Amino acid sequence: MCTSKYTSNLVFVANHISAVSSFLQHTDPMLKKRDEFEDMLEERRNSSDFRYALKCYTPVVYKNLTPCDANSLKSMVLQSDQLHYVISQVSKETGRTREDLQEEASGIIEEMAHRLQLSTVRFFAFALCKVFKTLFKSICVNEDGIQRLQQAIHEHPVVLLPSHRSYMDFLLMSYILYTYDIALPVIAAGMDFMGMKVVGEMLRMSGAFFIRRSFGGDKLYWAVFSEYVKTILKNGLAPVEFFLEGTRSRTSKSLTPKLGLLNIAIDPFLKGEVFDISLVPVSISYERILEESLYAREMLGVPKPKESTSGLFKARKVLSEDYGSIHVYFGQPVSVRQLAEGRVNRCQFSLTPRYIPMRPNEDVQTFVNDTAYRLVRAQEENMVLKPWVLLATILLQAEDLERGIPLEELTEQALWLRDLCRQYGGFLHWPGMCSKVISSSLSLHHGLVRLSEGNVYLALSGGPVSPEEQVLSRAVPVLSCVSYRNQALHVFVRPALLATAVHTSASNNKQDIFNTFSFLRNMFCNEFILCPNATVQDFEEACFLLVKTGVLQVSQQEMVVTPRGHRTMSFLSRLLLPFVQGYQVVCAFLCEKASDTLTEKEFVQAIRKFVIKQLLSGTLRYPEVLSSDLQKNAFAALLRLGAVHKVKSVDQTGLKINKVTVNSLEDTLGKNPSLMSDSNSLFQKIISNVFLGGKLPTPKASVARL
Amino acid sequence: MKWNGWGYSDSRFLFNKKGQAEFTGKRYRLSGMIIPGLKDWMEGTFGASLQHKAPATPILNSTAVQPATINEAFVEEVKATTIPFSVEAEDRVFRAHGHCLHEIFALREGKIGRVPDMVVWPSCHSDVVKIVELASKHNVCLIPYGGGTSVSSALECPPEETRSIVSLDTSQMNRILWIDEKNLTAHVEAGIVGQDLERLLNESGYCTGHEPDSMEFSSLGGWVATRASGMKKNIYGNIEDLVVHVKMVTPRGVIEKSCQGPRMSTGPDVHHFIMGSEGTLGVVTEVTLKIRPMPEYQKYGSVVFPNFEQGVACLREVAKQVCAKSLSCFFWHALKPQVSSIFTSFLDGLKKFYITKFKGFDPNRLCVATLLFEGDREKVLQHEKQVYDIAAKFGGLAAGEDNGQRGYMLTFVIAYLRDLGMEYYVIGESFETSVPWDRVLDICRNVKARIIRECKDKGVQFPPLSTCRVTQTYDAGACVYFYFAFNYRGLSDPIHMFEQVEHAAREEILANGGSLSHHHGVGKLRKEWMRETVSDVGLGMLKSVKDYVDPNNIFGNRNLL
Ligand SMILES: Cc1cc2nc3c(=O)[nH]c(=O)nc-3n(C[C@H](O)[C@H](O)[C@H](O)COP(=O)(O)OP(=O)(O)OC[C@H]3O[C@@H](n4cnc5c(N)ncnc54)[C@H](O)[C@@H]3O)c2cc1C
Repeated sequence: MCTSKYTSNLVFVANHISAVSSFLQHTDPMLKKRDEFEDMLEERRNSSDFRYALKCYTPVVYKNLTPCDANSLKSMVLQSDQLHYVISQVSKETGRTREDLQEEASGIIEEMAHRLQLSTVRFFAFALCKVFKTLFKSICVNEDGIQRLQQAIHEHPVVLLPSHRSYMDFLLMSYILYTYDIALPVIAAGMDFMGMKVVGEMLRMSGAFFIRRSFGGDKLYWAVFSEYVKTILKNGLAPVEFFLEGTRSRTSKSLTPKLGLLNIAIDPFLKGEVFDISLVPVSISYERILEESLYAREMLGVPKPKESTSGLFKARKVLSEDYGSIHVYFGQPVSVRQLAEGRVNRCQFSLTPRYIPMRPNEDVQTFVNDTAYRLVRAQEENMVLKPWVLLATILLQAEDLERGIPLEELTEQALWLRDLCRQYGGFLHWPGMCSKVISSSLSLHHGLVRLSEGNVYLALSGGPVSPEEQVLSRAVPVLSCVSYRNQALHVFVRPALLATAVHTSASNNKQDIFNTFSFLRNMFCNEFILCPNATVQDFEEACFLLVKTGVLQVSQQEMVVTPRGHRTMSFLSRLLLPFVQGYQVVCAFLCEKASDTLTEKEFVQAIRKFVIKQLLSGTLRYPEVLSSDLQKNAFAALLRLGAVHKVKSVDQTGLKINKVTVNSLEDTLGKNPSLMSDSNSLFQKIISNVFLGGKLPTPKASVARL
Repeated sequence: MKWNGWGYSDSRFLFNKKGQAEFTGKRYRLSGMIIPGLKDWMEGTFGASLQHKAPATPILNSTAVQPATINEAFVEEVKATTIPFSVEAEDRVFRAHGHCLHEIFALREGKIGRVPDMVVWPSCHSDVVKIVELASKHNVCLIPYGGGTSVSSALECPPEETRSIVSLDTSQMNRILWIDEKNLTAHVEAGIVGQDLERLLNESGYCTGHEPDSMEFSSLGGWVATRASGMKKNIYGNIEDLVVHVKMVTPRGVIEKSCQGPRMSTGPDVHHFIMGSEGTLGVVTEVTLKIRPMPEYQKYGSVVFPNFEQGVACLREVAKQVCAKSLSCFFWHALKPQVSSIFTSFLDGLKKFYITKFKGFDPNRLCVATLLFEGDREKVLQHEKQVYDIAAKFGGLAAGEDNGQRGYMLTFVIAYLRDLGMEYYVIGESFETSVPWDRVLDICRNVKARIIRECKDKGVQFPPLSTCRVTQTYDAGACVYFYFAFNYRGLSDPIHMFEQVEHAAREEILANGGSLSHHHGVGKLRKEWMRETVSDVGLGMLKSVKDYVDPNNIFGNRNLL
């Protein structure tokens, strides 16, 4: 059987735990060093906002900077070699005149370019002070990180990569940087902001530049856009800020990074146009997310309101609420030069003029991809977790969501989970006495959670509506809670995959467990941040944590759960269970209910109906499976694994479902150890293919085999 | 000549009793002069101090030299030919090295590695034929030796060589055999050194115009063997442009073309196996070179630019124009803190000049280009005007003839400076590359930054000197020189560290689209990069030539491949 072999590494884990731990020293989460935080609002509460907004602002700039205003930046872009080249290309291809295209390019850059103005920033600083002071208890920033950032900006062009959970993020970033006298970034923003006319222009003047959401094959657009970003970077005009995740994560899970902008940002280094580029991950965590219920509704299918100025101002009622604190952690700047050392042969760029756009070759693509994952993980690792995150996690695991959990039990579990979370390297902010921490968390999230008669339970309201509508409306607070729980997922996801693998594997045999781990990991890599090609490292990391905390015992051949490990094991597998079941439901839907004429568009609606039915009938426990995010991820995984194919026709995209494969994936996800045994060659084959990231067998072949 | 440093024994920089820097001897314009700025420069740039000296071993201790491995049969037969030879330690040590930093540093420390076992001095082509035959017969390793100015470890004896190593010194083959005024060619023995060749041709009213900075000591054969380049190549061409005919003695026999036609279409040019062969295939014995009547008119010049970027842009523009054809030009990176400022007494005029004219410019970013125009008077004046006009477009201001002339003179004494540095714990080296125009600025910035970064990472206490200049221009690119030096006080193995930094710098050059070498050659110092430089197939081609021409590796210096 050709499953991937893990033996050598396993033996390593088994025999040399001590050696492993020294090898893992730098990755041991317990040993992670993190900076202290300072509350930057404190000073604002004690001194004049007006004076603050007018303060002297003289940031440190890039040492090789030749200053250049917004207009000369535009003309630099329009006169760049790359643009000239692309214009003549496109002109040849389309027959349009160069002048015409040049005009279009000017149009694009007008639409795109930022117009950063200090006065606007000062205005925002003033306004945001007021807003922030009403909304938040504190905005905590690691000032050491700010120091490092300042140094980095002086040395090399800098790319700022904040996590993205709220509209707030980029204003908050600029606000912080302004406050600490750091060079203001220019920020890649989606065009949807442009819908809000005044706000859009204001944002532009505070440093945003706007990119269309999709410009697939538009070479000219791409050329203008990439040249714009590169010109800013190469000349170190300003730090460039964008969101690796591409869009706000509605679920608080990090999203699979998008590579387009990162590719552009790294390019000047690869082509030797700058000595180095610093990538600075920034983790912004909100104790309470402004858009909390908005997101939940969105994922339940209440369509997202188009961003409009009035929409944002409706958010005014938001202003009367308490949103707790924000923690912003500026991570260690990452040198692209160091990352690329030994991985990318830069000589490959010596044989073509550098202004000719070229598809990056494979090693560059893998390099950029790995870099992106690495940075998203860095964001995750420095994301501060509030106690509520753990409480939400516990509450969602309650036997009965409606009844909830007695307060003492919640307290006990919270303490237990707090320690576990710390052991696994979670960056937990736990201010003080347990009972106080819990009660203040509960009161901050009074919209989601209730405490009565000593029981803590989710605020599941239900009006006099149809059962289907009721299911949906009760799912809103659940999904909100889920989004808090999700913040902790990155801490537990690897051990949780291992725990699930241990539970589902046919035996205690290490190779079996590794195989199942690998299968699960592959299945869920659209769901969690799991870097491709890192299966072995992830497995090792998970083993290391579970062994270190006395949950697993690993011998030559076997991995066994220790008696005191059961609690952790069951916590971990229950953490993953909604996902496992969710994916199974999607599979079930595709096998049972999907007609041959199902289109990609209809999928979302149809699966929702199906899930509602399952929930009503009681066959499915987890309302979070209603999340369109989970459904889309599952669907993407099935596509990736070749269980579903898209069939494009003129006006729509149909789906071709490989039921045999879908079925077996569904079963493999479930606990059915017999299916995992050697006797069943089809499953073995499928599983092994999934480990290796290969395609599943074609239907014909497997049917024939059956 | 010095045995452990650069140049003539009578010429050196030193600090006199008053603590002033002085250049001794009588040979150069600078000789006998006091250079007041030098001390400050050494102290300011490197943190060097006159109190901390690292003196060299004064005389060669011949007991430190390995006894010679003599191939008796070979020696007997050489004796019979009456070709002079020697097995004296001094003669052997002198021919065991070029002028890489590590080579000179080791000599100063009195450390001597594998050296040739014997030196022979053939005096003509047929002597060389005899020696090569005997070497082949007795399986002796031959290493051709010209002027000994190699900077690629090309002359180093491979330590693993067990055969007797014989250094074949070409210095006695130094005659001009004939001058053909009809065709403007001269037929010359390969051992002649540059300054003699030029002087002798000048006597007849001619010149070659090939003037590498090392021309006082480097030889015609050495130039051919390394593909050398002179500072006036824009006017006269590089060695490959000057060579009309070559004769080389190989273990297979003599290779030469049958006529002196100025260009041939006869398959790949076999001259190109010879040029750049770095002594691995045979001995170049005679060369027919193009010559030109001595220039009717010569004019120096200099231009100051507000910064390096503008200067490079100007050079690029000049290179596009015809006027480049009569111009030779060097271009220094930042003027003030760099080497040229040592000669403040010389550059006083220049200083005053830019202070008055360049108000508002950052003097630390100013750059100077030195110019030399040669040709007939009218053309020179015309081209000069063109060049200054172009320069003006890039913010360049003419800074006088004197400064230009001084600039050129500096090139011959710079090599002496390194010896002074070593007396005070400062070690340094220059290395070069060629690169397309659009990458010149990028490569300069990145390589300089890489050097500084590497030094810092490796714990060099004092900030290094890391600078560069553009020395040659072409239609499609330029030759860039890097200078790198640092104060090594407090480091236990400075040479090893130095080599690591140099290695990193070369990697950086390659990663930025620069070549492995523009003219210094590969030798042993850079051969690890040959494969990626010329591709597998390319390397295979070179190997098969070597295998055919010299199957027993008689020319066993192990350069290049
Ligand atoms: C201060 C300084 C400045 C320099 N400036 C320049 C410059 O401006 N331009 C430039 O191109 N180079 C320069 N060089 C490098 C060096 O001078 C050249 O490589 C020169 O061509 C070497 O000539 P040489 O006679 O000294 O050869 P050597 O150093 O004696 O030998 C160099 C190599 O050529 C081989 N060789 C020598 N003679 C023969 C022969 N007759 N037949 C076959 N093989 C032979 C040797 O075996 C060896 O491998 C400089 C070096 C120094 C130290």
